[in-house]
Formats: sequence, C-alpha cells, structure tokens
Amino acid sequence: MQFPFLSVIVFLPAAVALVILLYKPEWKKAIRWTALAAGLVALVLSFWVYFAYDKAAGGYQFIEKYDWMPMLGISLHFGVDGMSVPLILLTGVVMFTGVLISWGIEDRPREFFAFLFILASGVFGVFASLDLFMLFFFYEIAVFPMYLLIAIWGWVRTREYAAMKLTLYLFVGSVISLIGALVMYFTSGQHTFDMLVLATAQFTPEFQKTWFLPVFLGFAVLGGIFPFHNWSPDGHVAAPTAVSMFHAGVLMKLGAFAALRVGIMLLPEGAKFWSPLIMSLALVNIVYGAFIASVQTDFKYVIGFSSVSHMGLVAMGFATLNRDGMIGAGLQMFSHGVMTALFFAVVGMVYDRAHTREIPKLGGMVKPLPLPAIGLIVGSLVSMGMPGFSGFIAEFPIFRGIWGTERWWMAIIAAVSIVVTASYVLLVARKVFFGAMPAEFEGHISPINVFDKIALVLLMAFMIGIGLFPALMVPWVQTGVDRILALLGGA
Amino acid sequence: MTFLNQHLLTLILFFPLLAAVIVLLLPKGKLSLIRWTAFGLSLVPFALSVYLWILFDPAKSGFQFEVQYTWYAALNSTLHLGVDGLSLTMVLLTTLLTPIAILASFNISDRLRAYMFLFLALETGMLGVFLALDLLIFFVFWEVGLVPMYFLINQWGSEKGDREMWKGAVVQARNYASLKFMIYTMAGSLGLLLAIQLLGVLFQTYDLPTLTGKWTALEGTLLGLPVATVKTVAFWAFVIAFAIKVPVWPFHTWLPDAHTEAPTAGSMILAGVLLKLGAYGFLRLVLPLYPAESAKYAGALAFLAVMAIVFGAFASYGQKDFKRLVAYSSVNHMGFVVLGIAAAAKAAGTLDANIALNGAVLQMFNHGLSAAGMFFLVGVLYERTHTRNLDDFGGLFPLVPVYGGILIFTSMASLGLPGLNGFVSEFLVVRGSWPILTVYTAIAMIGLLFTGAYILKGIKQVLHGPLNEHWAHGEHKLTEISPREIVVMAPLMVLILVIGVYPAWILEIINKAVMMLF
Repeated sequence: MQFPFLSVIVFLPAAVALVILLYKPEWKKAIRWTALAAGLVALVLSFWVYFAYDKAAGGYQFIEKYDWMPMLGISLHFGVDGMSVPLILLTGVVMFTGVLISWGIEDRPREFFAFLFILASGVFGVFASLDLFMLFFFYEIAVFPMYLLIAIWGWVRTREYAAMKLTLYLFVGSVISLIGALVMYFTSGQHTFDMLVLATAQFTPEFQKTWFLPVFLGFAVLGGIFPFHNWSPDGHVAAPTAVSMFHAGVLMKLGAFAALRVGIMLLPEGAKFWSPLIMSLALVNIVYGAFIASVQTDFKYVIGFSSVSHMGLVAMGFATLNRDGMIGAGLQMFSHGVMTALFFAVVGMVYDRAHTREIPKLGGMVKPLPLPAIGLIVGSLVSMGMPGFSGFIAEFPIFRGIWGTERWWMAIIAAVSIVVTASYVLLVARKVFFGAMPAEFEGHISPINVFDKIALVLLMAFMIGIGLFPALMVPWVQTGVDRILALLGGA
Repeated sequence: MTFLNQHLLTLILFFPLLAAVIVLLLPKGKLSLIRWTAFGLSLVPFALSVYLWILFDPAKSGFQFEVQYTWYAALNSTLHLGVDGLSLTMVLLTTLLTPIAILASFNISDRLRAYMFLFLALETGMLGVFLALDLLIFFVFWEVGLVPMYFLINQWGSEKGDREMWKGAVVQARNYASLKFMIYTMAGSLGLLLAIQLLGVLFQTYDLPTLTGKWTALEGTLLGLPVATVKTVAFWAFVIAFAIKVPVWPFHTWLPDAHTEAPTAGSMILAGVLLKLGAYGFLRLVLPLYPAESAKYAGALAFLAVMAIVFGAFASYGQKDFKRLVAYSSVNHMGFVVLGIAAAAKAAGTLDANIALNGAVLQMFNHGLSAAGMFFLVGVLYERTHTRNLDDFGGLFPLVPVYGGILIFTSMASLGLPGLNGFVSEFLVVRGSWPILTVYTAIAMIGLLFTGAYILKGIKQVLHGPLNEHWAHGEHKLTEISPREIVVMAPLMVLILVIGVYPAWILEIINKAVMMLF
C-alpha cells in the first residue's frame, strides 16, 4: 500500500495540537520548537505531494478511502487534483511561515499554536476531501478555531466584535450551502456523499438552476464575495498576525475552492445559468474593493480590502467558466495566498514595533527593517499585477477569460482596478518605509529575527519564481481545469 | 563560439540581470568595488552587441539570431527573440548608454548596491522590449522597466523641491514625479493590455509574425461589433500607450517632472532609451498590425507630432531650470521621430516614406546620444553648484573652458548643426515627410527655428554674459570637468561626430529593416 500522504497531512497538525496541549504552559521553548517541527514536516509533505502529482495523468491522485459512516454513505475519502494540489502546498507554506512569524507570541503560546494547528487540519481537510459531508466537517473545523484565535489573541479594540461577525457570517453561509448539499444527497438517490458519484448524478437543469446559487454563494461568503464581504476586513484587522495570514492567505481560498468543488463541479448547468450574476458581483468586488482599499488610513485595512478586490478576481475567473479564466483563478488563489500572507506578516512586523498602523504616523522604516521593506515592495508589485511576478501570471488569464465571454466589457471596467491598486500600494509602501522617520520611533525599532527573515524570503521566492517561470505551477492548474471543463461539457 | 552565436540574444538580454544579482551579493561597504564591478559587467552586454552588430547581415531580410523558448505554455506565449536592423540599432544604443550612465553615477554612495541593481535590471527590461518577437513578452518587459525607474527617481532623485497638491498637502517633488511617471504610464498601457488580451483570445498565439498576418486579414464582426470598429479602438489603445512614452503632445506632462527629479544617470537613460521604447512600439507593433488605420489617422498623429515640436520648443525656451529646458527639448526632438513615422504610415511603401522612416529611426539613435550627453552635462554643473536655475549662472566659460567646449559641441548636435548627427536625421525626416505631409512639415521646420533659440539661450545663460562672481572664488569656485566625466562624454561625442560626417554605416542597417516593416 502507498504511504497515506493526504491523511498524514490532514491529521498531523491536529495530532500535534493535542500533543502541544499536553505540554506544561511554561515550556514555551519546547512548544515553539514542536510547532516549528510540525510546520516543517507539513511543508515538506505538501511539497512532496505537489511534485509527485502526475500532471500528465491528471485526475484525482493520492486517493484514500476509509468507511466512516457507511449507512449514511459517508466515507473519509481523500484525493487531490490539479486545482487542489497547489492549495495544499499553499496551506503548507502559510502554516510553516505562520509558525515562524508567531515565534514571539508570549501570551499562552500553547493554546495559540494548538488552535492554529486545528485550523490548519481543517483547511487541509477541505482541500483534500472528496466527500461532501467530510468537506463540511473540515470546513466547520476550520472556522471554529478562528473565532477563538481572534477573540483571545486579537487586537483589543475590535476583537470580540470582529470574531463574532466573522463566525456568524460564515456559519450562516455554510448552513445555506449545507442545505443545498442535503438536497443534492436526497435528490441524487444514490445515498452517498461521495462527490465523484454525485458528479455523475445527472441532476435536472431546473434543479441545478435552483440550487446552484445558494450553494455557491454560501461558500463564496468565505471567499469574500460582494455584498457578503464585509466580515473579512474586520476579521483580518482584528486577528493576530499569523491568523491574518491564515485567514486571508488560505481561509478565503477555502470559500472559493468549496464554491468551485460543490457549486460549479456538481451543478454545472446552474453555474452556466448564473454565471452573469456571479461575474457582476465579482466585478463589484474587484473595482469597489480597490477603491475602498485606496482610501483606508489603517495599514491593515488597506491589505484587508485589497484581499476583497483580489478575491473578486478569483470569483470572476471561475464565473467565466472557460479555460483561461479558470486557470487564472486557480493561479490567483495561490498567488494571492502567498502575497497576502506576506503583506500581513510585514504589517505585523511594523505594528509590533511601532504600535500603530496609522499610515500617516509611520515613515522611514526601511532603515531598521530593510527586508520587510523589500517584502512589501515585492508584494505590492504582485498585487498590482506587474509582469515578472505571480500576480500577472494569474490575472492575465482571468482577463482573457472575461474577453472570451459575452460580457467582455467587464474586462475594461475591471482593468481600472489595476491602476487604482498600483497607486495605493505604491503610496502605502512609500509612506510606511521611506521618507523621514517620526522622532518617536528613532532607536525604538528593533530588527527582525532570523525566523521572520526565513518566512519573508520563502514567500517572496514563490511570487518571483512563479512570475518568472509560470511552468512551475500552470501545468498543475491546467490539468485540474481540463477536468472541470469536461464536466461543463467542453464549454 | 557556436554556443555564443546561438544564444547571443539570450545572453545580451539576461546578462544585465545576472550582473545585477552579482552586484547585490558584493559586500556593502566596498563602494569602489561595487562601482567597478557594475561598470565592468555592464560592458559585457555592450561587447556582445558590438559582436552582434558585426555578425549581423544587413543584406538579409527578416529577423536574425532568432531563438524561442517555452515560457507560458497555457497562453501559447514563448520567449521569442530576434533582431532586425531596427532593434539592432536600439540594442546598441541601450548597451552603450548603460555603462556610460553607470560611469556617470560614480558619485553616488547612498545604498549603492540597490542603485546599481536597479540600473542593471532596468537594462534587461529595456533590452527585452527591443528584442521581443512575442506580444506578451513585449508587454512584460514594457511594464517591468517602470519599476526600477520609479525607485531610481523617488529614492535617488533630487532631495530639494516640494509640490503642492490638492487640499494644501505638500509632497516631495521626487515622490510626486515618480508616482506620476508610474501611474501615467501604467494607465496609458491599460488599453494596450486589454487589446493584447483580446488578440490572444482571438488567435491563441502571441507570436508577432503569425499574429500580424492573422490580425490584418481579420474581417467580419467581432464582439458584436464590426471588425473595423474594434480595430480602430485597438489602434488608438496602442497609440495612446506608445504616445505617452514617446511622449507626444498632449501626453508629455509626466516627462519634465520625471526628468527634473531623476538622478543624472536616470535622466540619461530616461531620455536616451526609455523614450525610444514608445517610438519603437509604433514601428514594431502599430505600423505592422494596423497598416490601414495608421494610414487613415496619420494626419492626426502628424498633428500631435508637430504640436510636440512647436510647443516643446516654446516650452523649452520658457524654462528657468536648465534641466527642465533639456527635458522639454526631448519633447521637441521626439516630435520629429513621430512626424517621420506618421509620414511613413500615410504613404507606406513609397521612397519618401522610406526616407522619413530612416530619418525617424536614426533620430531615435541620435537623440539617445545627444539627450544623454546634455543631461549628463547638466548633472555635472548641478553637482558642483547645487542649482539648476539658469539665472544663477552666467559667464562660466572662462572658468571651465573644457566643460564649455563640450557643452557647446553637444548643444550643437542637439540643435542640428550640419556635420553633426542631429542634422542628418532631421533632414531625412523633413525630406521624407515634405511630399507626404507638406503643411505639417513646413510648420515643423519653423519649429526648428525655436529649437535653435532655446539651445542658444541655454548656452548663453550658462557660459556667456557677465560672470557671476559667486562661482569664481572661494569655496564656491567652480571646478573643471573631471577626467572621469570626460570619459563619459567621449564615446557620445565621437559617435555624434562620426554619424554626422559618415552616416552610411548605420543607415545601411536601418534601411533594410525599415523597408521590411510594411
């Protein structure tokens, strides 16, 4: 039998979380090193899965299936395709860098890392699940620790509000999707939650048209789709650094991915019918998000709203339902994940030292913090879609996808966001890192430690690497997209 | 040797990037090591492009030294490189000006590694545009070049000067200028980006030679509109992107700001090479992809060009800041390039059109030499006096005779004195355009008069007239141009003279390429 890579990846973080909880709270050093070791193992395994995935063969690989509740047709069914395998890698990267960035957490690190790892298990589980029930199971597991992480370790001023808002939004969304899933389960008549079987269930077009929208939007709430996006900037801002990284970097992809897996892949006719609406909502995300981001004065809110704008591109790419758009959306999920993780890491580093995120009060940080400055600049270039960085590789096909639909004029409107994004990210980068440093910070800004440096360099390496060599990721996504297109009837 | 010959273009393109990374790895404090490494490494692409020039066969038509590598397979975009006489000239200009600009920046010591890194990365960006035979790759390099220039201006630009914004907010002038440069160009390129996406969706290829044939042959309806309408819109999208970069009136307003605030070497590259990217875009993309539209709207383009020539000259004359004066002169000179292109577009295939285009391409090369020289000379003066205000100078010639001689020589090239390079190219443009666009050419020639006026004004204010005693004695005593600075100017002056006296060696290369454009 093959080594069960996916099970190990999914359950390792949760297992380590339990182990950490057995430690004494004072063993801070041991807790951190255990967490780091677990993060490293997860990273190595996800790299392994990524590179061992056979692009030529395509389809689902690393399949594992164990009975869980056979009488209900629920099984622990894991497998990855070209769409999910980059996201497994992304989660591995964000988990590892998240641990590195959180090295300095002094307040109850034991519980912090434990919750963070349970969250990671949930995220890995969603990306790897081929069973609809299990997908929901892991989905909820991912959302719940988020509440605690924000409410306990978050920004004192808004953490209770933001945690509550986020959790309620996401629960409502997932309940609506769950109803859709149950309807699918009963309508299919196959008595199984196995998505591979459900995909062949031949739902009637009317059924698909009725149920696509609730299922898709229910998940897309987590992807930050307009008008259900406004939990996300609040949540990002209130969360501690590593959680923001997870939240924007991975969790939002969870929503987009589940919307794709359950909405588009199980109900393709519905997707075709509703695609104009989804595209319109995504267009609002893209343009409106960029404008809102450009007027924020809080460093972290800028990044929060920029995520709304960038995740709009993901939804847009999926909604085009064509090859270019979907490839772009798949790439954008990864690219945005590493980019926003880097952004939040940099914001955290500045905030930890300056104790303010008000952009007008900051300045001149490049001298004490050269590497974060470079990180923010690279992130900015990715975010504005500068060629040579992963953002361009992802956004260009999305725009091409829009041109391939009947609503090509949306490409012209969406393009406005590129310039708006460029202007605000450049201004923020300049105001925070360049110019004169306010006198109160002089001599108070300590340099970052080696763990922070490793995290920043790793994240930057992905953005530049994929930007220069698209072949490092595009073929994976392409095989995934080809399968989806087959479900859509070669559209 | 075969390896070298087969990968010549790849080496020329990516060596500067490699050099940039090497410079970044040098120890921080060793300033002169960093300087000499950067300079030495930047000579390698120059040597390679001279070698390319020697191997290049002007008798052959089409592209030479073509190489093609997979880049973005899902979009059918390949790293397809090749040179014809047009790109060869521009490659030589770029690889020549980069070492010169690096040598000109030996006085920089603030964050030197980053500075040199950006400069060398910029070289790869510019070369990529000139070498690309794939539309997407063209765009990639086109945009990427903005980033180093943005940082060069706002990190190493002039520290003095503020700019008042709305609501009374005041920002540093270099920040204002760099952001304006970046956003102006990016916004201008949006139409180009969208048009490129559309072309890719239509033909599933970005290979320029293939694309040209398919796109020009396209008829019927597209996106629910007649193809002619879509083509016209796409044509203007391309034109605006390139017109901003050239820049053509009324899209030039970013240029005086960017030039004034940029460090000396940045201005040299900006005027010397970056402006040529726009003109090159017209030649490489607009004319072949839109022959019919180009002919149809050539008049409008010529109008803008003439406006650039006339207003550029007037604006230049009106400046008090020496660097701004030279900046506006670029608008004036690049107007001739566009005029030549417009004339050629209107009467494609005729002898007059060929003459005009030859003139336009040679003018691109010539302006690269003289503008880089002028900006450097302004920089030399600024470094010593810390002012660029023309009223602060006066009568400096006896104090700095060598500098004065060089300044007059370079100014005369810019003015178009027969025997120097500017005359040859401007004469060719005017000779070619006259039968095609007579009225516009006539107005442009009157514009030449004002070119003479502002250049003489510059020389007079700096070198002649009563001596400003401030610079004659004591700590402010003006020092003569240094040997290093003369070395910077020497290759430019030699080429200015050589092309002025014997232009055939370069026109031979340009001519064949120009004939193939249609």
